[in-house]
Amino acid sequence: MTGSAIQPTIPRPKTNGLLRRIAKGRSGYLFLAPHFLFFALFFLYPFCQGIFRSFFSYSFGSFEFWGFQGYRKLLQDRLFWVALKNTAYYTLSIVPLWLLKALVVSVLLFPFSSRVQTFYKALFYLPHVASVVIISLLWLWIYNPQYGLLNALLKLAGLPAQVWLGNRILAMPSVIFMQLVMGGGTTIVLLSAALAGIPPEYIEVARIEGARQSQVFFRIMLPLIKPVILYLVVIGTINSFQVFEQVYVMTRGGPEFSTVTLVYQIYDRAFLTFDFGLALAESVVLMLILMALAVVQFRFLGGGAVEY
Amino acid sequence: MENAARSPVRIRPGSVVVIAILTLLAAVSLTPLWWMLVTAFSRPELTLEFPPPILPIPPTLVNFVQVLRFGQMARWFLNSAIVSVSVTVASVFFASMAGYALAKKEFPGREVFLWLYIVSMMIPTQVTLVPRYILVSKLGLIDTYWVLILPLIASPSSAFLVKQYMMSLPTALIESALIDGAGEWRIYAKIIFPLAMQGLAVLIVMTFVGEWNSFLWVLIATNSIEMRNLQAGLTYLQELYPMRHAWIMAASALSAIPMFLLFFSLQKYFLKGITVGAIKG
Repeated sequence: MTGSAIQPTIPRPKTNGLLRRIAKGRSGYLFLAPHFLFFALFFLYPFCQGIFRSFFSYSFGSFEFWGFQGYRKLLQDRLFWVALKNTAYYTLSIVPLWLLKALVVSVLLFPFSSRVQTFYKALFYLPHVASVVIISLLWLWIYNPQYGLLNALLKLAGLPAQVWLGNRILAMPSVIFMQLVMGGGTTIVLLSAALAGIPPEYIEVARIEGARQSQVFFRIMLPLIKPVILYLVVIGTINSFQVFEQVYVMTRGGPEFSTVTLVYQIYDRAFLTFDFGLALAESVVLMLILMALAVVQFRFLGGGAVEY
Repeated sequence: MENAARSPVRIRPGSVVVIAILTLLAAVSLTPLWWMLVTAFSRPELTLEFPPPILPIPPTLVNFVQVLRFGQMARWFLNSAIVSVSVTVASVFFASMAGYALAKKEFPGREVFLWLYIVSMMIPTQVTLVPRYILVSKLGLIDTYWVLILPLIASPSSAFLVKQYMMSLPTALIESALIDGAGEWRIYAKIIFPLAMQGLAVLIVMTFVGEWNSFLWVLIATNSIEMRNLQAGLTYLQELYPMRHAWIMAASALSAIPMFLLFFSLQKYFLKGITVGAIKG
């Protein structure tokens, strides 16, 4: 390792330098080629095509240039704004809720030995191993108005039964509640890892200095794991903005469009009503929203990396 | 909480309360999964009982037998297995080569490739869903195994993950092998691949489970019921028999149990995979 560092750089002739380096590095290209070819064909190419084609009307075989018309049509569509609002509602609820759940769990777990920690991390992660489809099917039954567990419990408590997923005010909160109960395992694992990475001296010194438990948490632990929290908020937002399976299995966007999300709407436009132009425009808008959110969140929450 | 958290090392009496809270929280999210298994192994009549049975007494396989008699179930299971195994093998193999090139090889344009991969990791896959569908339908791949396998082989985050892992492998080893006259492919196959196995295991587990549980792409890229995987099959079953809860739970259990077994036997790799490949969410 050190040997290569002190080796003098071999002077190369200026002419054909690039070609020579390409020839010399050919094994690198060959190793990269299989992966990159598939990546280019099934990711880069569709990605560019998607942006390009969003400027065309493309429905039932008709294919003509319409510039920004697709985007204008999309922005004038009332249902697009409904979907955007629903998606934002879902994301702005579930991301902080998961973070809160994960903070509580990982702070509670923090004092225990790593074996105990691993055991509980595994328990909390287990629902993630089952597919979202299965989780949604399970909860579809729990929410069932006639036979569901939830209404049976309400009845036991003497409360009126609810049509959880068939009520436009309750449907989205029901989906969010399911996600809160079943999800957040990834966040817990990552936050626990971040807490475990705090040098124990920091906390010990603070305690010797007489810091209270809350002070240790708010003044030492929280600032130190801030970069991880920021990362979790950004990734959580990006992932939650793409919510689809839950909606497909549990509500199909209903009742009265109260659970239509952006990805569900893209799916609906492209594969149920075959309006590819509008679906593509919406995909591009979704991407722009996610990029903007990531930038804003980094600006807003970023503010300098923490060094241990 | 106060007592337990005061000392980062020792466990105090107050920790019993903490353990109770943690166990309760975990139990709430595990109960529906337990209930799935109980329902799957109970007689269908018990589905409607309240409170729901805690154990499947008497245990029965009747739901599994019935749901498997429903023609496509075995096929969906097979499809899930074929697609998950194929995608995992090809994807990890290609990613390991690409990661090796990006980590250890010097060639012009390397930075550009790396940059492309990193930027692509931030673009949500759902954004390319529609154009990718248009592409595969033009290629005539709709409703084949190819459409379920080929587009999922080259994940930029997998290549990046391997690259990060391979950076830690000693370059001196490769150089000495080169001096000994070993060919490039031999070095990769005999030295790099075995050395990276520890890191690749994480990727194998994550890719396999992700593929097994995938849904949206299968839903749009297949037309016939026989080409669906377990997840897309489950939603179909639910549409056909919304009130046959015991069947649906048995079918769900058929999909979930292999993943649970995988998780319990390879837990270390799962938990590592989350922290290492956190980008996959």
